[in-house]
Amino acid sequence: MDLSYSPEELAFRDEVRGWLAANLPKDIRDKVVGYQHLSRDDYIRWHKILAAKGWSVPHWPAEWGGTGWDVTRRYIFNEEFGLAGAPALPAFGPNMCASVLLRFGTPAQKERFLPRIRDGEDFWVQGYSEPGSGSDLASLKTRAERRGDHYLVNGQKIWTTLGQYGDWIFCLVRTDPTLAKKQEGISFLLIDMKTPGITVRPLILMDGGHEVNEVFFDDVKVPAENLVFEENKGWTVAKYLLGHERLGSGNVGASKRELKALRAIAARETKNGRPLIEDPRFRDRLTRVEIELQALELTAMRMLDHMRRSGQPPGADASMLKLKGSEITQSITELMMQALGPLAQPFAGVAGGSVDPFDSRLSPRYFNNRKTTIYAGSNEIQRNIIAKMTLGL
Amino acid sequence: MNFEYTEEQQQLADSLRKFLTNEYDFEARKKIVASDAGASDAVWATLAEMGLTALALPEADGGFGGGAVDLMAAMEACGEALVVEPLLDVVGLAARLVARAGSAEQRAALLPGVADGSVRLAFAYLELGRRYELDAQSTRARVAGDGWVLDGEKVVVVGAPSARTLVVSARTHKGTSLFLVDRDAPGVALNPYRTVDGQRAADVRFTGVVLGAGALLGPDGGALPIVEEAVDFATALLCADAIGTMKSANDATLEYLKTRKQFGVNIGSFQALQHRMVDMYVVCEQARSMAILAAARVDAGGDATERKRAVSAAKIKIADAARQVSQESVQLHGGMGMTEELKVSHSFRRLTTIAQRFGDADHHLERYAALG
Repeated sequence: MDLSYSPEELAFRDEVRGWLAANLPKDIRDKVVGYQHLSRDDYIRWHKILAAKGWSVPHWPAEWGGTGWDVTRRYIFNEEFGLAGAPALPAFGPNMCASVLLRFGTPAQKERFLPRIRDGEDFWVQGYSEPGSGSDLASLKTRAERRGDHYLVNGQKIWTTLGQYGDWIFCLVRTDPTLAKKQEGISFLLIDMKTPGITVRPLILMDGGHEVNEVFFDDVKVPAENLVFEENKGWTVAKYLLGHERLGSGNVGASKRELKALRAIAARETKNGRPLIEDPRFRDRLTRVEIELQALELTAMRMLDHMRRSGQPPGADASMLKLKGSEITQSITELMMQALGPLAQPFAGVAGGSVDPFDSRLSPRYFNNRKTTIYAGSNEIQRNIIAKMTLGL
Repeated sequence: MNFEYTEEQQQLADSLRKFLTNEYDFEARKKIVASDAGASDAVWATLAEMGLTALALPEADGGFGGGAVDLMAAMEACGEALVVEPLLDVVGLAARLVARAGSAEQRAALLPGVADGSVRLAFAYLELGRRYELDAQSTRARVAGDGWVLDGEKVVVVGAPSARTLVVSARTHKGTSLFLVDRDAPGVALNPYRTVDGQRAADVRFTGVVLGAGALLGPDGGALPIVEEAVDFATALLCADAIGTMKSANDATLEYLKTRKQFGVNIGSFQALQHRMVDMYVVCEQARSMAILAAARVDAGGDATERKRAVSAAKIKIADAARQVSQESVQLHGGMGMTEELKVSHSFRRLTTIAQRFGDADHHLERYAALG
């Protein structure tokens, strides 16, 4: 047993850490650490800084700009982002759309889209969920009818994260509604969001933030060349991509940083004249989260070690990271909010009050984080996956 | 980074598992638990033959100089089979105290016998009404001539009925100290019983027990850090045992979900049960990660604070997980899970004691916090 990284891996970690310290713009870091939403410009600026370093798409094949890092280095890279308060690039372009193009795209599609994704020229968003199709994604209804050299798209997507920033949206659409199995007749389309007939409507979440949207398609003409893989075989693409969406690391690095912030808040707030962190009831809750996080980090490292040896992707084990990682994130922000006691009441953005502006963003952050057990395959779906794939139920 | 067992560690666990599968199945175990001794000499001899009693002892004392990580896979296998022989108490606790604190004579007198399986020891340290405290209070040793006289009582001394020698913690005028006491010495009275998880233990009363100068194990006073280290070592082993026990409960429950039919289908097709089963699996994996951490840290030696932090963190996680897995495994088995006839009721009882041995979650939450 050896629970630590190799000297080479530690050197790599230090390199990433040092680079982030020198190159992550302070205003962007402050927003991340201070629980503020990033603007489109923030994301693009950060993307271009990473692209200039050659680090915007580490996991891609080298011929398209990947770094050739193994799974451990990619894990370390992500964790260092979390620790440093560096925003992860939105996954929709570099991770999701690119994974699909690399696996299913034509040479022309790869040439057209991949370099622009790598360099942060196009901001991609995801058009999957619909009002009637959440966890049951295959029941989706957005219709794409083939009309000669283009598709005519009509319907509605929902939960489109950062849709208001999007240049392009990749969508699952129904190209054949007559097939018996709902998984058949679905296709994967790339749609330019400047196309006439597309309307983006904000959905303001309970934290007051604009993060997700509804996207309406009204007689939107999409060139047939924007079809990825075969018509009516989009579910194959979707399944492949769902696997990729779950390859997160459990956000251990970010949770470590947030746990430290939580400790600072609990050390500052007082109860009966003593720091709140010395209150056994509060302290024990905090300790249990800390231990869950430590266990998750070791579990993730065990998976990395196994992946490295077997050369196999993590499969359903990735669901375990998502389950625990999201629960831990939620627990930390819940405790932060709880630590404030009555001071958790002012809503973010109240100017001129006595409550620290950062503190006034903790309740909204707690509200916002309820999403983590819902998105990217709800935690119930993750349990379904483990039950089926790992336990054989 | 390497989370795999070495070939040797894996081979040891494999051969132990093979032995336990063949010779220590549920029925065989039931007979052993019901026997007068409540533990099998033949099984003990086999464990010794495999090197399990010697593995963690220093080479100079007839051992192999291994540590908790070396024993971990084997402890898991013991947990899976719900082994009642007191391997953990002899090797992880009492013999470790002798190895760490003993003089050359004391080690030579006891440890080669422990290594070859002919000598069993037990550690008597718990006192009535003092929960998990490791210092001695009510058990006292006073100087008499060039030796000592021991008075007091220890409770729940696991493995005492089969031990030749007891390691006893007692307060001298200098503080907590350790003594080697023959179980059959005049003035030593055992009240043996079965524990809820099928092991044998005893409350032990010491009445004017006369001990020679050579009975003092380690320093006069100041034995507490030695005791803390040994209990942490044993706790790390207990965590590994717990992983095996939880795996056994989980495996049995999963099998039951796949075979038990109600409403014409396997009950494992019900999502309400699937998700609970998944949570049992996930919590066991999280607990395994912490058990690995605890074993690695006790082996690393050095900083006692780091060791305590890791062991307490692991024990908190294992205690919580043990409670969840034991309760859910019975619930998912329905009424049958309540009966003595199924193994899950036995792993339930084992996990219940594991959760509370060497400090429950509350105890370790407090210790963890006190480390700062």
